[in-house]
Amino acid sequence: MASPIRRSRSDIVFDVVNYTLLTLVFFIIAYPLYFVIIASFSDPYLVTTGQVWFYPRGLNLDAYAKVFAREDIMLGYRNTIIYTFLGTLLNLVMTIIGAYPLSLPGFKGKNLIMMMMMITMFFSGGLIPTYLVYKQIGLINNPLVMIIPGAVSVYNLIIVRTFFQNSIPFELQEAARIDGCNNFQILTRIVVPLSKPILAVMVIFYGVGHWNQFFEGLIYLTNQDLYPLQLILRSLLIVQSDVTSSAAGDAEELARKVMLAESIKYSVIIVSSVPVMILYPFMQKYFVKGVMIGAVKG
Amino acid sequence: MTGTKSKFAEFAHYFRHNWGLYLLVLPVVVYFIIFLYWPMYGVLIAFKDFVPSAGIWGSEWVGFHHFTRFFTSLYFSRTLVNTLSISLLTLLFGFPTPIILAIMLNEVRVRWFKNTLQTITYAPHFISTVVMCGMITMFLSPTSGMFNMIREAMGLEAIGFLQNPKYFRTIYVVSEVWQHTGWSSIIYIAALSGIDPTMYEAADVDGATKMQKIWFITLPALVPTIVIMLILNCGSIMSVGFDKAFLLQNDLNRETSEIISTYVYRIGLTGGQYSFSAAVGLFNNVVNCILLIVVNTICSKLGETSLW
Repeated sequence: MASPIRRSRSDIVFDVVNYTLLTLVFFIIAYPLYFVIIASFSDPYLVTTGQVWFYPRGLNLDAYAKVFAREDIMLGYRNTIIYTFLGTLLNLVMTIIGAYPLSLPGFKGKNLIMMMMMITMFFSGGLIPTYLVYKQIGLINNPLVMIIPGAVSVYNLIIVRTFFQNSIPFELQEAARIDGCNNFQILTRIVVPLSKPILAVMVIFYGVGHWNQFFEGLIYLTNQDLYPLQLILRSLLIVQSDVTSSAAGDAEELARKVMLAESIKYSVIIVSSVPVMILYPFMQKYFVKGVMIGAVKG
Repeated sequence: MTGTKSKFAEFAHYFRHNWGLYLLVLPVVVYFIIFLYWPMYGVLIAFKDFVPSAGIWGSEWVGFHHFTRFFTSLYFSRTLVNTLSISLLTLLFGFPTPIILAIMLNEVRVRWFKNTLQTITYAPHFISTVVMCGMITMFLSPTSGMFNMIREAMGLEAIGFLQNPKYFRTIYVVSEVWQHTGWSSIIYIAALSGIDPTMYEAADVDGATKMQKIWFITLPALVPTIVIMLILNCGSIMSVGFDKAFLLQNDLNRETSEIISTYVYRIGLTGGQYSFSAAVGLFNNVVNCILLIVVNTICSKLGETSLW
């Protein structure tokens, strides 16, 4: 729509500067991502010698073949899928059953429970006391440590509670009660089906969190068979570069080693991010909504 | 007149009819008690000489011994300065950029351009910290990283960025801004979508320029959101993400990369000094709480916006 008011000179300058800067922002954010993708398909020698910049060169899939041939990566992948699936499921159930009673007007004890949760947002026992508790209840080196801790995020619970309060007509719940539904039936037959958009947001927030989870594995797991993908990635992407550069040996052998490590780095990043990348376009319309509902609460 | 007894009777009556709700919320309450409140009780070991065989209660009290030891150690000022400088720099550069980005995007009238930018700028937020640090390590590598390739092409010497304590803060802050600016801008974009368009139309009639409209309409509309976000950010000044500092850390850059949380990890879990590192962690936590309360009080004194 053309504006009826003539654009002033300063507005034209503003637009030019604005679009130029935003285009620059686009390239600054996009280029590193693009580079990882093209590097994963290129000849690793050309990548490490700085000959790949704008398009893949020496196109090949060797790096991907090497990634899929590695047992530790595949095992980590499997573990992460299990942790993410079960963890997100637990997150969803706990968040719903916690948020629902707190969303009801007149639920006695609401303030007490809310306060109990809010305090944990600002104060915690800290690493060592938490470690000692986990040790006592047998969570060390137990795959459950990747699933149960973090079962409820207070922030997410408040978002869901706000949605239950504001987006589901309370009259509907009252009507169901008159028809003889108990609280549990109201929750499963009315509230949850009407909350699909916000529950999708929760699946995204919790799911991505589990997929990228690193800390719990580092602290509480020592058995390599239980390692999540992120811990395997760490040893490939970060620790290995130190090891290879300090390993003594003849130069050619060393170069080959570096090359091998270097060659799978980019492809392993892609392989590990594929689930998130595939879901990203679908996620986008939901997560914006989620952040907004969170913002309304303030 | 309602005494405590009738209040209790009222609750008992409510409970009888709604016990299902309490049953629903029970697992969540139990979860919080076990996983968050039980460790809080464990904080007591900061004031004791914890011996695992004696348990928390059976260990000997030592008062503030571990705290004084930390405050007088070489690591106190180092970790505190590192933690504060990393978080304050992240705040200084990471806080305004999403606001600026949101305002800039708000002025874009070309739909596809705006959508593309949003899609691209949100994306890095979903990259895991491990992958992010892996990318940083690769891009900054002295032998094969792109930054050093460019330097060499310009005739400059390659630099081991991550091996030099001088660069750690810059690397941390720049990558943080790169990764999270887009995501953090969502909340401001949401706030901007709530501005009444007639305000802009009225300003158009009055012949206001774009800069004037931004200054007098857009920015004031963002102030409540900005204040809330600022309070929240200040509340986490002492809690620099462990993961990133830990992953980018090595023996060569420890001078600037050792923050309180990585120190607690190294001394406590790797070194086995449970009580001492619990004391360090507690110190961190308490400072965090005080900061949050102070900032919130200041903000509620200055305006109406506050967290509680």
